[in-house]
Amino acid sequence: MIPAAFDYVAPTSLAEAVTALSEAGEDAKILAGGQSLIPVLRLRLAFPTVLVDLGKVDELRGIREDGDSLVIGAMTRHSEVMEDPLVGQYAALLAEATATVADPAVRHRGTFGGALAHADPAGDLAAVALALDAEIVAEGPGGRRTIAAKDFFLDYLETALSSDEILAAVRIPKLAGSWGVRYEKFHRVAQAWAIVGVAAAVRMDGGAIAEARIGLTNMGATPVRARSVESALVGAADRAAVVQASAAAAEGTSPPSDLGGQADYRQHLARVLTARAVTAAAGLDR
Amino acid sequence: MTEQLDAGLVAGEIAEHPDALSAPYAGGELGRGRRRKEDAKLVTGQTNWTDNITLPGLLHMTVLRSPMAHARIVSVDVSAALELPGVIAAYSGADLADVQGALPCAWPVTADMVHPDHPPLAVDEVRYVGDGVAVVIARDRYTAADALESIAVEYEQLPAVVDMETAMGEGADLVHSEKGTNVCFRWPFASGENYAETVAAAGDDAVVVKRRFRQQRLLPTAMEPRGVVVAPIAAADEYTVYSSTQVPHILRVMLALVTGIGEHKIRVIAPDVGGGFGSKLDVYAEEVLALVVAKKLGRPIKWTESRSENYQATIHGRDQIQDIEIAATKDGTVLGLKVELLADMGAYLQLITPGIPILGAFMYPAIYKMKAYDFHCTGVFTTKTPTDAYRGAGRPEATYAIERIMDELAAELGRDPMELRKQNWIRHEEFPYDMVAGLTYDSGNYEAATEKAEQMFDLAGLRAEQERRRAANDPMLLGIGISTFTEMCGLAPSRVLGSLSYGAGGWEAAQIRMLPTGKVEVTSGATPHGQGHHTAWSQIVADALGVPFEDVEVVTGDTDSTPKGMDTYGSRSLVVGGIAIHKATGKVLEKAKRIAAHLLEAAEGDVEFSGGAFSVKGSPEATMTIQQVALATFAAHNLPDGMEPSLDSDCVYDPENFSYPHGTHLCAVEIDSETGFTTIRKYVCVDDIGKIVNPVIVEGQVHGGLAQGIAQALYEEAVHDAEGNLTTGSLVDYLVPAASDLPHFDTGRTETPATSNPLGVKGVGEAGTIASTPAVMNAIHDALRPFGVQDIDMPATPERVWRALRHDDGTPRDPTGTVAYGGSSTSTTAGGAE
Amino acid sequence: MRVRMKVDGVLYEDEVEPRTLLTHHLRDGLGRVGTPIGCDTSNCGSCTLLVDGESVKSCSVLAVQADGTEITTIQGLAEGSTWHPVQKAFQEHHGLQCGYCTPGMILAAVDLLSHNPDPTEDEVRHGLEGNLCRCTGYQNIVRSVLSAASEMRGDGPLPGSFQDAPTEKAGASA
Repeated sequence: MIPAAFDYVAPTSLAEAVTALSEAGEDAKILAGGQSLIPVLRLRLAFPTVLVDLGKVDELRGIREDGDSLVIGAMTRHSEVMEDPLVGQYAALLAEATATVADPAVRHRGTFGGALAHADPAGDLAAVALALDAEIVAEGPGGRRTIAAKDFFLDYLETALSSDEILAAVRIPKLAGSWGVRYEKFHRVAQAWAIVGVAAAVRMDGGAIAEARIGLTNMGATPVRARSVESALVGAADRAAVVQASAAAAEGTSPPSDLGGQADYRQHLARVLTARAVTAAAGLDR
Repeated sequence: MTEQLDAGLVAGEIAEHPDALSAPYAGGELGRGRRRKEDAKLVTGQTNWTDNITLPGLLHMTVLRSPMAHARIVSVDVSAALELPGVIAAYSGADLADVQGALPCAWPVTADMVHPDHPPLAVDEVRYVGDGVAVVIARDRYTAADALESIAVEYEQLPAVVDMETAMGEGADLVHSEKGTNVCFRWPFASGENYAETVAAAGDDAVVVKRRFRQQRLLPTAMEPRGVVVAPIAAADEYTVYSSTQVPHILRVMLALVTGIGEHKIRVIAPDVGGGFGSKLDVYAEEVLALVVAKKLGRPIKWTESRSENYQATIHGRDQIQDIEIAATKDGTVLGLKVELLADMGAYLQLITPGIPILGAFMYPAIYKMKAYDFHCTGVFTTKTPTDAYRGAGRPEATYAIERIMDELAAELGRDPMELRKQNWIRHEEFPYDMVAGLTYDSGNYEAATEKAEQMFDLAGLRAEQERRRAANDPMLLGIGISTFTEMCGLAPSRVLGSLSYGAGGWEAAQIRMLPTGKVEVTSGATPHGQGHHTAWSQIVADALGVPFEDVEVVTGDTDSTPKGMDTYGSRSLVVGGIAIHKATGKVLEKAKRIAAHLLEAAEGDVEFSGGAFSVKGSPEATMTIQQVALATFAAHNLPDGMEPSLDSDCVYDPENFSYPHGTHLCAVEIDSETGFTTIRKYVCVDDIGKIVNPVIVEGQVHGGLAQGIAQALYEEAVHDAEGNLTTGSLVDYLVPAASDLPHFDTGRTETPATSNPLGVKGVGEAGTIASTPAVMNAIHDALRPFGVQDIDMPATPERVWRALRHDDGTPRDPTGTVAYGGSSTSTTAGGAE
Repeated sequence: MRVRMKVDGVLYEDEVEPRTLLTHHLRDGLGRVGTPIGCDTSNCGSCTLLVDGESVKSCSVLAVQADGTEITTIQGLAEGSTWHPVQKAFQEHHGLQCGYCTPGMILAAVDLLSHNPDPTEDEVRHGLEGNLCRCTGYQNIVRSVLSAASEMRGDGPLPGSFQDAPTEKAGASA
C-alpha cells in the first residue's frame, strides 16, 4: 500500500528541526528511522501533513559518556546501540534488549529515540529505559528539558513530549558495580512483538541480590516498573527466593487481552519471566 | 551417410559444428540431483513477475473494498474520484453490472447445491470485508491509491454471519437472503458396511472414541501477492492477460465464459509466479475486472495486490469442524469410521470451494483397513472471505483427524500408538488394495518407511528418555508424535472427476519438438510457480531421447505457445504432466526410429536405440544420433514415402489412477510447562514417493511442505471478530514462521514405485504439509497426556497449551503418575483456550 | 524533491514525491525491478537491499531518505557474469523455489556475513529472521548461507547436501 501525500523537510541541525516542527503545525510528524511510522503511513492509519525527517541531523546521532551517564543521541540506530562498547559496558541491558528488536534490517534503520517516542508498550526498549532510570532530553521552542522515564510514558502511544518538542537524546545512568542483566522476551515467532518482556538488572553483593531493577514490556498501556518485586528481591541468594519474590511481578498491572494472550496469561508470564530474568541476571542459574 | 545429411544450406551450416549433432548423452538423468535451470534468473533479479511488466500507456487499477462484513449498498458515488488529476475512470459494481459477469465455480458437488451469484464487484450487497465495491483507473499507482479515498459509499449494515454452527441454526441471519438458507450443500457418502450396524454387531467388544477437531482458517501467503496486467488490441477485440496464476489455461476458458469474449481472442500468460499453494488456483474478481476495463478503455491495465488486500481478497484455506468417531474391537482392530464435517465456504463459491472438503472425504480411512465408513459434509456460507484450495486441499484435514484419533484410540485402549497403527495398516503384500472409501491404492510399503523413520528418530531411545523424565517430574515435557500417512494426488483421472461432478478433466498435455540443430523444445501444460518443472522435464526428456540436459528447453505458462493444459495443483505435475512428457518422447522415438531405419537402410526391427543413437543390430558402424535424425527430418530430402517432415509429438495423458505417496513422520517436542511454549526438538520424516526424477527438488518440496504443516500446528490462524473483521489482517498478526522458528528436518526416503504410471513416480508437493500437522499435534498431546489433556485446538499457542495444563479454576493439573503411553486417564477433557 | 543515489553502480538524479517509497522509486522510477515487494508492514523482507552496505527493507524507507546513498540490489550483486558466492550457493544448495523472497534473502545473507563471516546454523537462522520464505522451509537457505560463508572465508563451499545416488529400495529393509 501507498502513503497519502505529505510535505517533507529534512533539517540538518536540531535547532532547524525544532523550528521546522513548530512551523509545520499540529499535524506534522517526526520521521526518525521510520520503521514504525512508514508502515502506518502505508496502511493509511495516519495522515500527517508534514514529515520532519531527522535523518540529516548529525548531532542527534552517537553515544558518549557524560560523567556518570551515557548520552545516546535519539537518531542512533538500534544496530549501533547494540554493538556500542560503552553501552556494552555501562548499559548491557539495553544492548541485550535492542538485539531482540524486530530483525537486522529493521535495526539498521530504527532508532532508539524513535522507539521511545513511539511509546508502544509492546516495544522492548521502553521497559529498559524505565528499568535503567533513563532521562529523556527533549528540545522544543522553549528550550531543553529533561524528563525522567517514569514520567515520560503517559498512556498507550502517548508521551510527555508536547507536539512541538523533539526527543533529542536519552541519558542513561551508568550501572556501577557488579550488575548482571537479562532481557527475557516472550513471543511466538521471531518477528512478533513481545507478548510479555521482562528487563532485569540486579546488583550482586556477596552472592545475594543487593539491588534490583525490573521493567515490564506489554503489561499495560505503558511500560511498568515492578517495584514490589525489586524490594522483595533484596537479599535473595538462590533461585527459590527469586521465584518467591517474583510472584509479585504482576501486581498492579493491567495488561491487554488480545491475539497475543489474555490478561491473566500475561500476568502469569510476567511472574515466570521475571523469575527467569532475575535468576539469569544474578547468575543463580549456574 | 553424413554426406547425405550435408545437403541444403542450413544443414550445411549446422554441419560445420558437428558436435551439435553428436552431443553425447551422459546417462543417468532420472534420479539425478540436477541443480535447477530456473535459478539463474531468480538469483540475479532477472525475474519477470507480473508487477514487473510495463507497457506503453499502462494504467493502474485499484479496488475499493468493503470495510463491513455484510451490508446493503445504498449508493456508490465515484464522481469526486473522477475529478482528480490523473484519474481516467472509476466504476461501481452497478456501472459494470452488464459486462462483469459472475465469477465461476467449477465444482457443483450436488445437483441442488446453493450457488449464489458472485459478481466481481458487489452490486447490491457486500458479504465480506474486502468484497470489491468500486474500481479506479489512473495513470499511476499512487494516484489510483489516492482516488479510492474520494469514492463515497453509503452502506446499510446487515448482520455478520461469522460462526458456521450459528449460521446453520433456526432463524439464523442469512448471508444470501434470497437463498433462504446458509447451507450450501449436504454431501453424504457411505461406503463399505453400514457403520452403525458394524459397531452394533461388535456388541460389548466395540470401543468407540469420538472427538471434535477444528481446522483453523489459514491464509495461504504466497510471497508474491497476486497481480494482473491486461493488454488489449481494442480494434481486434484481442486481449493478452498476464496473471500471477497457477492456472493460465483454466483462466483462459473461464475468462471467456465470464466475459463473453471469444476464448480464441484471449491469450493468458503466467509469467514468473511467486508461489501459490492453491491460492492462485482460481479465477479472481480482479482478473475479470482488469479485462473488462481494458476492453472498455482500450488501454492496458495493471492491478497489483498489496499484502493487506491479499489477506482479504485472496482465498483462505481450511476452516472446517470435524466430528469424528472411530470404532474398534478391544484388541485394537479398527472396524469403521464416521465423520461429520462442517466446511466454511465463506461468502461465495470460488473456483473449487465446495470440492475441497469432498476431496478429503476419500482420505479419512487413510492407510487403515476397515469395513465401514460413513461420511457426511455440510458446506456453510458465512460473511468471510471465500475458502478454497490451500496446500493439500482436503487431505491435510482428513489426515489430521484420522491420525489424531488413532492416538486417542491408542490411549483409550492402553496401546502403543505405533503398534496400533501397525496392527491396522495395509501390509506391503496386500497391495494393490481396495480401500473402504472406494480408492484402489496401487502400491505402498508402510513397514519399510516406518522402520527407517524409527531408526533415524531413535524412537525407542526417546521413549526411554520420556519415561525417565516423567518419573522425575521434569517441567519440560517431552512429547513424541507419529503421523503415518498416505494421500491421493496427481489430480486426476477425468472419469473420477466426472463422477464427482467436477467441471473439467484431469489430463495434461505435452509437446516435443526436435529442432534442426538437435536441440529439443518441450511444452507442458503444467504451469510452474516455483517447483522446478523446467529442470525436471529436461531430465525426463534427456533421459528418454538421449540428449544432453542442457539441450532441452521447456516452455510453459502461455496459452499461445502451450495451448493445451490443466495447470498445476494437487501434486499433479510430475504424475500427470511428467508422464505426458514421457509419453510424448516415446512418440518422437518411434518416428525417429523409422527415419533412422530408412536412412541406415535397415529393417526397423533391426534398429536399436541407446544412449541417444540408433544402431543396426550386427553392424556396429551403422549408427545415427537422434540429432542427426532430426536434421535429416528437417532437410526432408530422404524420408520414407508419405512421412511428414517433422520430428514432433503431442501427447495428452489422462491418468488411470491417483498416485499414493506415503510416509512416516516422527516429531519430538519439548513443552515448557510454565509458559506453554512448544519447541520442536527433532523432526524425522521418511517419505515414499516412488521413483525420483530429481532428489534436490523432492527434498525442497518436502521441506517446504513440512514448514507449512508445522505452521498450521503451531503458529498460523486467521481470526475474525464478531463483526467479521479479519483481526489478523497483516503479517504483524498472522504469524508466518521465520528461519529461527523452524527446526532442522531429517528426511529420508524409501522407494516403492507407483504401478499406475510408466515412470513409477508419485506426487510430492503436498505430502509434507499433509503429514506434519498431525505429527506435531500428536507430539504435543503425547507430552500432555499424563495431565489428562485430550484436545488442544490449533494452532497450539503457548497460551492454549498453558490453559490445557490447568483446571478451569486456574489451578495446575497434576500428572496422573502413570508414565507409559496410554496409561493415563482419558475421562477428562481440557479444551482449548476459549 | 530532488534525490541522488547510486544504484548498482549507476548514479541517478530524479524528482520524486516525498511519499515515494524507495522500492517504488527503484521499480517504477528507475526500472530496477529485481527487488520485489511482499508486504506492507516491513515483515516479509522480500524488498531487502543494501543501502551503504547495510541491509534495509526498501518498502519502509522513503526515496528521499535514501538521498545521497549508494544502493546495491540483487541486480548489482554479481561482478559482471560472476555471481556472488551467496548467489552461487543458493543455486547449489537449492535455497530457493519460487524465488520471490530470494533477492531479499540473498542480500540479508550478504549483510549477515559481512558482520559475521563464520556463523553457526543458529546464527544464520536468527540473522535471517526478518526474511520470510514460504517455499523452502529455510533448511536449504541456511545451508546455502553456511556454504557461501565457507567459500568466502577461503575454505571452499560445503559439499552438496543431496546425493545423486538412487534411493534405497523399500523392500530391502522390510
